[in-house]
Amino acid sequence: SIQWMNNLPMAASTLNRSVFLGVEPDNLDRSSETFASNSELMGDLISQLQSHINKVMEGGGAEAVKRNRSRNKLLPRERIDRLIDPASSFLELSQLAGHELYEEPLPSGGIVTGIGPVHGKLCMFVANDPTVKGGTYYPITVKKHLRAQEIAAQCKLPCIYLVDSGGAFLPKQAEVFPDKENFGRIFYNQALMSAEGIPQIALVLGSCTAGGAYIPAMADESVMVKGNGTIFLAGPPLVKAATGEEVSAEDLGDEVHALAIGRNIIKNLHMAGNLTVSQNRSTEYKEPLYDVKELRSIAPVDLKQSFDIRSVIARIVDGSEFDEFKKLYGPTLVTGFARIYGQPVGIIGNNGILFNESALKGAHFIELCTQRNIPLIFLQNITGFMVGSKSEANGIAKSGAKMVMAVSCAKVPKITVVVGGSFGAGNYAMCGRAYSPNFMFFWPNARISVMGGAQAAGVLAQIEKANKKKSGVQWTKEEEERFKAEVTKAYEREGSAYYSTARLWDDGIIDPADTRKVLGLCISASLNRGPENTKYGVFRM
Amino acid sequence: AKPVSENQKNQRIEKMLIANRGEIACRIMRTAKKLGIQTVAVYSDADKQSLHVKSADEAVRIGPAPARLSYLNASSIIEAAAKTGAQAIHPGYGFLSESAEFAQLCEDKGFTFIGPPASAIRDMGDKSASKRIMGAAGVPLVPGYHGEGQDIDLMKAEADKIGYPVLIKPTHGGGGKGMKIVQKPSEFVDLFLGAQREAAAAFGVNTILLEKYITRPRHIEVQIFGDKQGDIIYLYERDCSVQRRHQKIIEEAPAPNISSELRSHLGQAAVAAAKAVNYHNAGTVEFIFDTLSGEFYFMEMNTRLQVEHPVTEMIVGQDLVEWQLRVANGEPLPISQSQVPLSGHAFEARIYAESVSKGFLPASGVLHHYHPTQLSSAVRVETGVEQGDVVSMHYDPMIAKLVVWGEDRAAALIKMKDSLSKFQVAGLPTNIDFLLKLANHGAFRNSEVETHFIEHHKDDLFYDSSDPTLVQKAYDAAKHAASIVAACLCEKEHAALKECNPGGLSLWYAHPPFRVHKYSTRTMEFEWNDGSPKPVKIFITYLPDGTYVIETGESNPPRLEITVAHLSNLDFRVEVGGLSMNVNLAVYSKDQTEHIHIWHHSNHHQFTRKMGFEVSDDDETHSKPVRESASHPPGTAVAPMAGLVTKLMVKNGERVEEGQSVLALEAMKMEHVVKAPASGCVSGLQVTPGQQVFDGNVLFSIEEK
Repeated sequence: SIQWMNNLPMAASTLNRSVFLGVEPDNLDRSSETFASNSELMGDLISQLQSHINKVMEGGGAEAVKRNRSRNKLLPRERIDRLIDPASSFLELSQLAGHELYEEPLPSGGIVTGIGPVHGKLCMFVANDPTVKGGTYYPITVKKHLRAQEIAAQCKLPCIYLVDSGGAFLPKQAEVFPDKENFGRIFYNQALMSAEGIPQIALVLGSCTAGGAYIPAMADESVMVKGNGTIFLAGPPLVKAATGEEVSAEDLGDEVHALAIGRNIIKNLHMAGNLTVSQNRSTEYKEPLYDVKELRSIAPVDLKQSFDIRSVIARIVDGSEFDEFKKLYGPTLVTGFARIYGQPVGIIGNNGILFNESALKGAHFIELCTQRNIPLIFLQNITGFMVGSKSEANGIAKSGAKMVMAVSCAKVPKITVVVGGSFGAGNYAMCGRAYSPNFMFFWPNARISVMGGAQAAGVLAQIEKANKKKSGVQWTKEEEERFKAEVTKAYEREGSAYYSTARLWDDGIIDPADTRKVLGLCISASLNRGPENTKYGVFRM
Repeated sequence: AKPVSENQKNQRIEKMLIANRGEIACRIMRTAKKLGIQTVAVYSDADKQSLHVKSADEAVRIGPAPARLSYLNASSIIEAAAKTGAQAIHPGYGFLSESAEFAQLCEDKGFTFIGPPASAIRDMGDKSASKRIMGAAGVPLVPGYHGEGQDIDLMKAEADKIGYPVLIKPTHGGGGKGMKIVQKPSEFVDLFLGAQREAAAAFGVNTILLEKYITRPRHIEVQIFGDKQGDIIYLYERDCSVQRRHQKIIEEAPAPNISSELRSHLGQAAVAAAKAVNYHNAGTVEFIFDTLSGEFYFMEMNTRLQVEHPVTEMIVGQDLVEWQLRVANGEPLPISQSQVPLSGHAFEARIYAESVSKGFLPASGVLHHYHPTQLSSAVRVETGVEQGDVVSMHYDPMIAKLVVWGEDRAAALIKMKDSLSKFQVAGLPTNIDFLLKLANHGAFRNSEVETHFIEHHKDDLFYDSSDPTLVQKAYDAAKHAASIVAACLCEKEHAALKECNPGGLSLWYAHPPFRVHKYSTRTMEFEWNDGSPKPVKIFITYLPDGTYVIETGESNPPRLEITVAHLSNLDFRVEVGGLSMNVNLAVYSKDQTEHIHIWHHSNHHQFTRKMGFEVSDDDETHSKPVRESASHPPGTAVAPMAGLVTKLMVKNGERVEEGQSVLALEAMKMEHVVKAPASGCVSGLQVTPGQQVFDGNVLFSIEEK
């Protein structure tokens, strides 16, 4: 941009400097009451989150961990730490999967997944936690495993399965075994990814019972720790056929050895150019001008409060430089170009309800980014599309549909972060889970539901009241209030970030202060595959 | 070569061959260069790439590695001199320097031998002849009786004359057999008869000699210098009392606690000794000094420039090699006796490749890291090696000489300690830490030097692995050092990752490594060896600001917060607990093991780390890497040092008792007997006399029946 500016006449250059550079101003009132209360409330949310995280980091509890150690086995995160490159980062996904989902705790859903580099190649790790229910697959375990595979397929990441599992959790077989997105899908995915040339590596570090036996069997290359690693379904011939290596398990060194062989397998992958696309960004970048930690004070815990999404953008993009696109048109949707760790991105953020113009601008901007192959970042804080007669008359449904069409078909990497509310059709237009973003994260304050709890209570109370009236029952004020309170309570519970993350509606709850880093890693992982052409469906005009 | 004419003989030396290697060859060349004299190095096959070869104007190969085929091969050396047109040959010290035959050969072939006349070498080379000559010249000798009469009354009378304590020594044999110390006259008869019996039994001859026994001896030697005109002066004395295995390790000049009167007596006696053999060039007259009586006695004369000559140079401000060349050219001594200055104090510490804990066994190996201390006009390092060189088992394992000078002894001692603590060698064991302990010892500081110094203070100087308090203290210090090592290695790794950016994924290698909702942690496992290997497990946590929190898995020592600035390659500035300091590391790998040295403050620690199972870059297969066999099965005997097998005492399959001698190894003037580690039958014994073995090689094993 400097070069371009030099071509301008001097006066124009001086005049337009701030506009062209697009440095976000520091609009944060750090002495305000809002700032203070947001900081405090977010602080509470983060410490609550941290205590949940600390709990799941302990795996299946002290006793199970001790038993695991006595078998000379490492814990799943330790295994991953030994597999990834020394001093490299690891992006763990859905740490709170299974949170308060079942009667018994299921820390991290009994499986650890995430992305990290091995010999400079990004890999997806899927590691059973044998300290959690013997590493068996609950429904959410299956879902988390499949989600990891989905990301791997989307980003063309080699998969490393650290197998130590008793197979399906039999009491829940009906939710684990038969359906399309159930256990069998794991092997289906392995087969398809292998066919696509995405390496599938299995390290058998513990028991590998029944269905689990197919993971190494379906892998391109497998390593087994002799003694600890067992495949029950398969007799010795299959073991021999499936395993490239055999390591004897007399001490921890053997498991470490198996992990080292795993590293070497990755090192020796020669993926004929279809993977390891060079990361198209400069290693030189500027940090944001403002402290990322202030994000903890910006996002309101009370979602009725509004805030300028630009103050979030200013803390996640390089140099806080954000070149806004059509700033004055449809201003409730903020769109523009920036860089994150040197990588160009297009950012779409909510600054209020989506109007006709906002939706049209959003669709336009998405088309621009797909045309130029620029990854998209969605910052969701949306209560929905504008309703009401005027809006309907203006064709809000059609405008909204255009944006949803653009979001659905865009083949550039898409990453969604819910920084506030995610309600109604706004969730769709802003690349909610159903729109297959490559990654999706929640802030601890974020909420998700078809509408707000109060609105839902109002709507449902109206319907209920009408029904009662039809059958001639009189509803007392108290009864109505109790009804409303119950609905609100249910929405309160089901709309929380924990409810979402426990069910894998997202890929994890993150600390707002980590947003920039997490986005950077996600973009990097997403760029592991080459660009794809976007083809849109029919836009209704 | 044909005899040279007188004309040629008067010509000054323009080109000189140095018939030596290592530091002394380099030292001689330095002076030669200063004087514009061209130099010719000679080298054996083992030394082709050595510093002394690179330092010379020309270099000639003189034979294979063993010294007797190269550096002791007189005809090869003469041939090299003839081929290169050198007029003079400097023998250095050791090798042929005290060979009268070689000196004669040089002269016969028309080369100037830079040293004394062959006759003087011959006279002083014969120990009993030299004592006779010295006695005649009035040089004091250790009082004794060497007569033929062995009558007990006569002997007793002689002993009384000598004065007690008296040493009774069989004239034949050695190894201390039959040697007795008689403290008082009443003990004489019994001990004398006992010695006679033992001598008769051991050597078949029961003749005995008597000598005054010196309880607290010091080794004091006088540097003398003579010219061809017959002038001889002395350049004061050196004290070389601190010795191990009868070899000097710390020398100093002038000798402490010597009055100026005694100093001139010593000097005059030394000059008298040299005059008695018509000496010229550099020489050293060694005396034994009795600290109790204040008497000194002639021991022997070294007819060459000595290893420790630099301490004399430092206090007299002269270049003795230059003097050697001038005298060899026929010039008179540059100064007279009264003009010899005496300024300050100098120390020399000899840095050897040796294993102190194994009784100073010579070591060999690669100098993976070699950073001698900072040099100045008061700190000299005489060395013949560079980083990457091999200290071979064929020659003396001395790596370098550290020479320091100070206004007085205390000032010089401070400099020596500082320089030793900054003298970094890794790749093979050295005596640096031991020298530092010696230099720090109170008795040494108080100049209480004597020949048995190390023996007398062994409790302070050697690490006692049976004292649990000491062991714990040492282990804690090692863990502290390992914590710093771990932080430095992390920082170095970070710097390397920043450079190489694997896969273009710089973000994934950001510092500190990212984890979701937690700090990145890692463990490093080291092994510290203080006789028995001890594991040191380090737990590292990366804090967001780049600080490392280090724990060692125990409450004591406590967790440390360490910040590291990476200065260059392996140099760091480390802050730990509010204390900032320089830290230097050396890292190299050998046999699937990473060796890590750390120097901080005056501490030096050494750790090893298993290299893990990573297959090296040139290994493209997935094959299982060779796993380190950390320990051999019980009953296995390994070579304690590199050396030549000289003797086999038993045969394969033969039954031996535990502790029985099985074979002998020799390296650097030392014979080491390898004993059976257990009782049983010897098996796998495949070495033969003359075979070379390396440190850690399996020699044989004992099978228990």
